[in-house]
Amino acid sequence: MQDHPLSAAVGRRTLLKGLVLGAAAQVSAPFILKARGEEPVRIGLDNPLTGTYAALGKNERIGCEYAVEEINAKGGIIGRPVELLVEDSTSGDTGTAVQKARKLIDRDKVSVLIGNVNSAMALATGQVSNELKTLHIVPGGHTDAVTGKDCHWNVFRVCNTTEMEANAASGALITNAGKKWYYITPDYAYGHTLQAGLEKAAAKLGGTKVGGDLTPLGTTDFSAYLINAQSANPDVIIFLLAGDDAVNGLKQAVQFGLDKSFHLAGAQQELEVLEGLPPEARVGTWVFEWYWKQPDVPHVNDFVAGIRKKTGKVPTARTWFGYTAAWTYALIANQEKTLDAVKLAKALGGFKLPPEVALMPGSPFYRASDHQLIPSLFVGHAQSQGDDPEDLFHVDQVVDGTTAAPPEGETGCKMNWNI
Amino acid sequence: MTQLIFNLFNGVIIGAFYALMALGLSLILNLSGVINFAHGGFLALGAYLAYSLMPHIGFWGALVAAPLLTGLLGIAIEWLLIRRTYGRDPLYSLLLTFGLAFIFEDVSRYIWGAQSVPYQIPALLSRPLSLSYFFITGYRVFMVALVALAVAALYLLLTRTRIGIRIRAGTHDLATVATLGVNVRLLRSVNFGLGVYLAGLAGVLAAGQLGLQPTIGTSLIMPSFVAIIVGGLGSLPGTLLGGILIGVASGITSVYFASATEAVIYVMMALVLLVRPRGLLGEEGRLQ
Amino acid sequence: MTAIEEPGSAGRRAATSRTPGAAVHLLLTVLIWILLATMPLWIDRVGGYTNLATRVLVTGLAATGLNFLLGFTGVLSFGHAAYFGLGAYGVGLTIRYLVPSTLLGILVGVGVGTLAAVVIGFLIRKLRGVYFAMVTIAFGQVFYFIVYRWNAVTGGDDGLSGWRRQPLDLGFARIDILGDQTAFYYFVLVWFALATAAMWLLLRSPFGHTLIAIRENERRARFLGIPVEQHIWFSFVVSAFFASLAGTLYALLNNFADPHSLRWDKSGEFVIMAVLGGMRSFWGPLLGAAIFVVLQDYASSRTENWMSLIGILFVLVVLFFPRGVLGILGRRALT
Repeated sequence: MQDHPLSAAVGRRTLLKGLVLGAAAQVSAPFILKARGEEPVRIGLDNPLTGTYAALGKNERIGCEYAVEEINAKGGIIGRPVELLVEDSTSGDTGTAVQKARKLIDRDKVSVLIGNVNSAMALATGQVSNELKTLHIVPGGHTDAVTGKDCHWNVFRVCNTTEMEANAASGALITNAGKKWYYITPDYAYGHTLQAGLEKAAAKLGGTKVGGDLTPLGTTDFSAYLINAQSANPDVIIFLLAGDDAVNGLKQAVQFGLDKSFHLAGAQQELEVLEGLPPEARVGTWVFEWYWKQPDVPHVNDFVAGIRKKTGKVPTARTWFGYTAAWTYALIANQEKTLDAVKLAKALGGFKLPPEVALMPGSPFYRASDHQLIPSLFVGHAQSQGDDPEDLFHVDQVVDGTTAAPPEGETGCKMNWNI
Repeated sequence: MTQLIFNLFNGVIIGAFYALMALGLSLILNLSGVINFAHGGFLALGAYLAYSLMPHIGFWGALVAAPLLTGLLGIAIEWLLIRRTYGRDPLYSLLLTFGLAFIFEDVSRYIWGAQSVPYQIPALLSRPLSLSYFFITGYRVFMVALVALAVAALYLLLTRTRIGIRIRAGTHDLATVATLGVNVRLLRSVNFGLGVYLAGLAGVLAAGQLGLQPTIGTSLIMPSFVAIIVGGLGSLPGTLLGGILIGVASGITSVYFASATEAVIYVMMALVLLVRPRGLLGEEGRLQ
Repeated sequence: MTAIEEPGSAGRRAATSRTPGAAVHLLLTVLIWILLATMPLWIDRVGGYTNLATRVLVTGLAATGLNFLLGFTGVLSFGHAAYFGLGAYGVGLTIRYLVPSTLLGILVGVGVGTLAAVVIGFLIRKLRGVYFAMVTIAFGQVFYFIVYRWNAVTGGDDGLSGWRRQPLDLGFARIDILGDQTAFYYFVLVWFALATAAMWLLLRSPFGHTLIAIRENERRARFLGIPVEQHIWFSFVVSAFFASLAGTLYALLNNFADPHSLRWDKSGEFVIMAVLGGMRSFWGPLLGAAIFVVLQDYASSRTENWMSLIGILFVLVVLFFPRGVLGILGRRALT
């Protein structure tokens, strides 16, 4: 087709104008949360804001932002204001996550790095922060290695390991649902460790595995596996899927009517996933790592109200991860009156979260041997609708993390303090 | 026996999806020489539009309206941007639609959020038809029927209507069609809209089964490419055949060797390229 | 074709008479090398960081490699990320499982990537245009899925971790490219220099002239008795060779290999870099890579909607700057 210079020129100009305006609106949007005063302490968040994990990453960011607002309102860190720098690590491009970690530490001189939702990125950026001797808090990457065989003196983790979730879930599953289990497990590290943990925990309680399928990550059609599951005739079909896979798998299982003949359950579940399911597919026994409806626990209602005011939605476990990660740093730095990474890392071993940050029964603490937070876990069942439209989970039982966590000698972590 | 029925049925369902996507891509590619990378984005948009319209006009209303709106948007984008790449190196249309795919994903996330949204299909369709063959749900049967209907309608459109015949003629020889006084600009716009309409329809259907989030289209676009290559460039029946073939192949593979579910369709493509580089029906001509 | 944009013709013309194009090109080359050689010294002051500079070099090498095929042979591959990623996994797997040697890792990575290109190139050498582009995308995805699914070896979606680039032992000296970011930058720069010199020489050779002849008019080249398929195949392999070299350096930069580096969107990024900088000029892809990498780095720190900005950049380049930055500058310089 030939170019018509005149018409093209007119179209071109209007088009350009629109594009430039749109771009300007985007760029000028505030992305850095700043406090008054000089010489701020910088917290760097390197987490997914685009791609598959964007929803989870954004909730963690909201938690961080909310924590930073609170920290600044309470006088900052050793009298200095706190500034949160946010970088999009993307959901799948680990190269970018590593680059952003270096950018935050090398160029922006952050005092602490927070991230990542993606376990692989948590490990990869953990190498960077370790090399650059910067304190690093992983809010929500679950793979065991972060506080297991790949642990570092400078890396701490808020969310649970997959093994802890498996241990917390197994008791309730055996009593509520039955002893014969069929596994539908995503075929990558997270799924493998989760299933291994569950099998181990179930064996102790007399549970047996009647079969299982490893499903490739990103599977869209689960019918083949569901047919296998049905013919094995288990008491429980265990879904260890996460994210989009979980949405697809559960949606299809319920369409096939499997929830009527079997108990559907799993270990980790997130409010973000339940919200993405149609109401009839919100079924099953699960573990939540944090839940917003804890009427009897102090400070939780204030936190929920604060987040609701900020975003219009209730906080999820992810919001709490981000919130706790940022507050952990402020608390320990204020306690030690220093920003020295080594001193802070030493002090964090055994550090107990105060009730206004813990926001759960019991007293969560960072275990000194592997730097894993030992919180309480919430075992319960999904519900299609509670008395609040966002109340999609009913807590049946709170499990003490010390009983769910593997003994200190069995995590595979050999902490190396030769810095 | 259950396994066999299941494999075939499942393969046909997957294949029907691929074919629906691939037919749209193929229409656009054949007439305009544009590889529409934004096809997955249009698919997501169709699904999201249906999700937003559903509370107001119900599932059936959305099933009609959402693909139409997507198609109209397709025409607008063709008119604004895509047509500027006609007659240039295919590189440029590829890059343009590639950029559009980025924008689509980002805009969907901006409007509807990064999280999956609860997309509901009518209760009537969402239950199994038989207890022993529980995987045959009303919805799946409905999907296959609708895809068949869409293909039949496309066939009638291309063989029985003036515009359809022109599209087919243009695919063979656009220059001659233009000299005969046909408005080629309009023809390409309508054709692009038609292709995008099919993507929108695929989106509305896919979201009934899959979680609806901004990246829903990306997993479906590559198999559609393969369907076109296997079936033969320029041949719509070939595309249809290619889609169903790779669907059945990956359906069967998912039972016996799940990790190779995707790989098997690329192996098929490699084989076809080796034995018959023009694709299975590449020389047979157009939908006749 | 203008002199500035063609290494081949620039050389030819420079030999007979000094054209302004050749002079401009020489100036540009000198300027680029001064900038590259000094980058770690000033990048911090302009808001960058060493890691970003290294990333520019690595992606610049990948885009320049791709452009050997795209700009100088006139064949569009939309699947070069596959060879880039194979290089990355080659070096990672070697260091992790076989020998802790950076140089050997590079050798294996490049070998694996090139070998794949030899096979794929043979399969597709007769295809052209849109068809070629589509098939390269699809074949690229084959490797993506292999890496993504083959958990036990590649680490699947989690990526390949648990290895690091190793300090260089040259016998007479030991260079710590692991701990010292700047040392690693210069390590990459050496490879970049070798690779670009090799490509430059290839383009000035009779082989390079033949490739340009094929790009300009394939039919005529065929009538002249040039085995076109064979040349395209070879050009594809050369181009993938340099892409996989870039991939090995990318993995070493991150101490990590992830499946994303093989995916089709990465291929698209390399193509847009080449076009953005100017695919008819030798240094265009490097410039395009620099603009793209810096822009993405900058935008993604400022807005979570950076994908739209990148998308808009694609649209703008296609509509208004199809010749790329150097294409425009080149035309200006001559008029």
